[in-house]
Amino acid sequence: MEEFAFAFLNGDILREAWPILWQGFLYTLALAAITVPLGLVGGVVLALLSTSGPRAIRLAAAGWTDLFRAIPPLVLLVFLYAGLPFAGIDVGAWGAVAIGFFLNTGAYYGEVLRAGIESVPRGQMEAARSTGLSRGQALRYVILPQAVRNVLPDLVSNTLEVVKLTSIASVVALPELLFQARQAQNATYNATPIVAAAVAYFLLLWPLVRLISRLENKALAGR
Amino acid sequence: MTSPAPSPSRGAPAPGLGRPIVDARGLWKRYGPLAVLKGVDLSVAERELVFIIGPSGSGKSTLLRCLNRLEEPDDGSIHVDGIELLSPRTDINAARRRIGMVFQSFNLYPHMTARQNVMLALRKVLRQDRAQAEAVAARALERVGLAERMDHFPAQLSGGQQQRVAIARAIALEPRVMLFDEPTSALDPELVGGVLNVMRELRQDGMTMVVVSHEMAFARAAADRVVFMADGEKLEEGPPAQIFGEPRHERTRAFIRQIDRH
Repeated sequence: MEEFAFAFLNGDILREAWPILWQGFLYTLALAAITVPLGLVGGVVLALLSTSGPRAIRLAAAGWTDLFRAIPPLVLLVFLYAGLPFAGIDVGAWGAVAIGFFLNTGAYYGEVLRAGIESVPRGQMEAARSTGLSRGQALRYVILPQAVRNVLPDLVSNTLEVVKLTSIASVVALPELLFQARQAQNATYNATPIVAAAVAYFLLLWPLVRLISRLENKALAGR
Repeated sequence: MTSPAPSPSRGAPAPGLGRPIVDARGLWKRYGPLAVLKGVDLSVAERELVFIIGPSGSGKSTLLRCLNRLEEPDDGSIHVDGIELLSPRTDINAARRRIGMVFQSFNLYPHMTARQNVMLALRKVLRQDRAQAEAVAARALERVGLAERMDHFPAQLSGGQQQRVAIARAIALEPRVMLFDEPTSALDPELVGGVLNVMRELRQDGMTMVVVSHEMAFARAAADRVVFMADGEKLEEGPPAQIFGEPRHERTRAFIRQIDRH
């Protein structure tokens, strides 16, 4: 028992590692603040193209979505970071993360939002257009608000996954929480920093998990 | 007046009414091999109330939906208030401001209150400022008898009230013509009267109206002209007394007998 506490719950190690863990936590927050909006923008664009464009564009959007849902995000990230330089393109760690998450999480948000848009009855668009609103105005003021509301639990759930996924940025040497915890572990020969990182993720994401449960219960009750 | 006097087969507006607001000619609409409209003409004079009746699948709703281009006709021409609706140069959004439409299933925006439903196009299409749009919306909702329900969401309103909000949403834009697509078909019987009353008042205020509906009693009492359609064609038309009293066409007779039995 004492050995377990020494290896995993070591107060001295934690105090020592705290500054770089905290820095990693801030990086993780920054990554979430970049990847979630990027994914959402990509998702909205994909959802609009796959629901209201001409047939060729709808098919292209669907193919794009399939492609980036099928490629593992880690593989995509490594390709962008370590593969593209062979073509003379160096996007750097931040660039690789931004592009990779835009492509990957955009595809996932796009699927969720597409389902939301398709859940809004046709008559809504017709009513809006009959009053003289343009297609864009109808989407913005009538369709999208209802679409988002209809898939809100899925959107929040997807966001939870995106934040967790930011830990893969550690493989391109961005000093986020997991990367820093590994550094601290290697420096101290002790697993406590990893445990601390797990606890930090839990504290960050648990409110989101609770929110999803509440939204899902509310959606069930509203039925 | 530049347009030639329409021949009786085109459906001349009843005498004493104003110039044509809606003038649709030779409308064709096909879905694949199926022709839903086969060269239909419809002319509606200012302040006229035209009722379109016919069995389901006769093309009456499609005809109505062509009049604001929710449905794109394959051939023909449509003029509404002098605007050539099918011309590629026409700003369809601007044209639709002059054409109000009321749907069978109301189609209110469920995430907005009654007043917000009415205000949306006032703000975004007519570009009114908030205070003005609020005042116009309040007046429109008063006109349909819902002043007290302005801040209710659609889910908190009865079907009849929702349909009246939908009418307010359309008339707030001061359209030149109102299209009604089976406005009472989705309503419980006890709620139909309130909607018909609002339509009657609109008519008294001189609104031009085209109504697709099975409310035959209302058609008899209020319509200037009744158009009977079957199989994508206009079979006959005339004053309600003629269409209901002495229909010329056997199919009209059969249809009216069947409706009256209900």
